[in-house]
Amino acid sequence: MTVSIGDFFRESANWAFLVIAIPTLVAGWRTVTSNHIVRAVLYLVVSLGGSAALFFMLGAGFVGWTVVLVYIGAVIILFLIGIMITRAPLGEKEELSHGTNVKAPAALLSVVMFGVIAWAAIDAYTNEMIAPFESTSTQELSLLMFDRFVLPFEVVSFVLLAALIGGIALARQDEEASS
Amino acid sequence: MTIIQFLLVGAALFSFGLYGVITRRNAVLVLASVELMLAAVNINLVTFDVVLQDALHAGQMFSLFIIALAAAEVGIGIAIVLMIFRNRQSADVDELDLMKG
Repeated sequence: MTVSIGDFFRESANWAFLVIAIPTLVAGWRTVTSNHIVRAVLYLVVSLGGSAALFFMLGAGFVGWTVVLVYIGAVIILFLIGIMITRAPLGEKEELSHGTNVKAPAALLSVVMFGVIAWAAIDAYTNEMIAPFESTSTQELSLLMFDRFVLPFEVVSFVLLAALIGGIALARQDEEASS
Repeated sequence: MTIIQFLLVGAALFSFGLYGVITRRNAVLVLASVELMLAAVNINLVTFDVVLQDALHAGQMFSLFIIALAAAEVGIGIAIVLMIFRNRQSADVDELDLMKG
């Protein structure tokens, strides 16, 4: 038995879900279609903020705040700096995307991709319910992070260090080459 | 709430990101589309973590690791785009055809 549409709208948490999910999806769509490069990146902010709100709904508060701090705080700034440094055209520009000859197969591929994932999800989890706002404590996560997941944590730390050094080495002006 | 609605949002965001990666010509926007795909993956991971009631919270842990790796990836990616822009005066991925035979 499947959950009917009426049941869906009878639950108040689903209304909250729609209020979050629809702007998330619209902003995600505008991120990949907007002809305005700064707007595309700012739509990405809305989309990532929506995903953070979904994490709060799922009770993953720590992951949600991490998304807010790391993505919206830091990654978006990197994108805006990247736009400014590469002197991208700031106005409305068609050349940010390919023409229809690429868009049509790309749209087909994404629709097929969505269909496959959605079919697999619906096939496997037709009726599984989750209780909204049942939160995981940060204490629980941190105890796991430094107990069971300490090795991946250290590896990620080294990756970040390598990225830091690599970023400096790549972006730094080479004095011999430029003079 | 059912789990399906979260999985569908994740699937839709992933498809949007895929569409953006293929159609965008500006390298910075290609990276932004990759971020969208990673966000979709995070939604799926956290949803499954909540559904499976995992004692180790592997889903939330992995989404935290993905967030850290995505930050590193964007840092390196922007640095590479900057290098390419310095050498070619363009951030258009179509003009990077040096390896074409």
